[in-house]
Amino acid sequence: MELALTTREIEGHQVVAVQGEVDIYTSSVLRERLIELIDAGARSVVVDLSGVDFLDSSGLGVLVGALKRLRTSDGELALVVGSEKLLKIFKITALDRVFPLHDTVEAATRAPRAR
Amino acid sequence: MSTIRLAFSAAPQYVRTARLVGGAVARRAGVADDLIDEVRLAIGEACGRAVARHQRHGLDALVRMEMTDDGPYTVRVTDACDIDPDAGPDEADQMAETVLAGLVDDLKVNGSEVRMTWPVRRRLGWR
Repeated sequence: MELALTTREIEGHQVVAVQGEVDIYTSSVLRERLIELIDAGARSVVVDLSGVDFLDSSGLGVLVGALKRLRTSDGELALVVGSEKLLKIFKITALDRVFPLHDTVEAATRAPRAR
Repeated sequence: MSTIRLAFSAAPQYVRTARLVGGAVARRAGVADDLIDEVRLAIGEACGRAVARHQRHGLDALVRMEMTDDGPYTVRVTDACDIDPDAGPDEADQMAETVLAGLVDDLKVNGSEVRMTWPVRRRLGWR
């Protein structure tokens, strides 16, 4: 299995930990999980990408989609990005200025809400 | 000059195979280790773009990838969409093309063909 997801709640945040590769084939699995959570009422979602070896533009598209969906109900999405390698694609697309990025899940769940 | 060709059905599950093969050939051609991740990402983007274009236009044809190491390492990914290149870029391809432009210094995107080139610094193995 090239992608594995686990979800847990930490202090009111739904934290989705992603392991493996997020590409054109596997990104739909992440999309479905995020949509499920948001439709079930999650307002603060943290996607933990520290276990991700590979993320491409299809993965970015899923994250942007989830962010837009959350914002329509005044929700928030933050990311945990552990490596420079993964950070690169966010910088290339300027999405490092759109998503709150954190080094750890602890930092992401302790950060104050933007609004 | 060595040439390796790969052709695959336009389905998302084969893009990973293409990027792993492309990365392995890059290493063999002598692309620097610190560029290999970028090579894999770029090939994945180009192949993903091709697959998405085939799916949007309902094409059964194969996506083709050719890798050559004539000095620099060059990868050409070609789809079978017969769209007038003067019609301008397709918005749906925009994110992939943005990532490609940010990753690959020597990049040419011309409708159905994406050509990417990386420098090599040494050769591995017997030739």
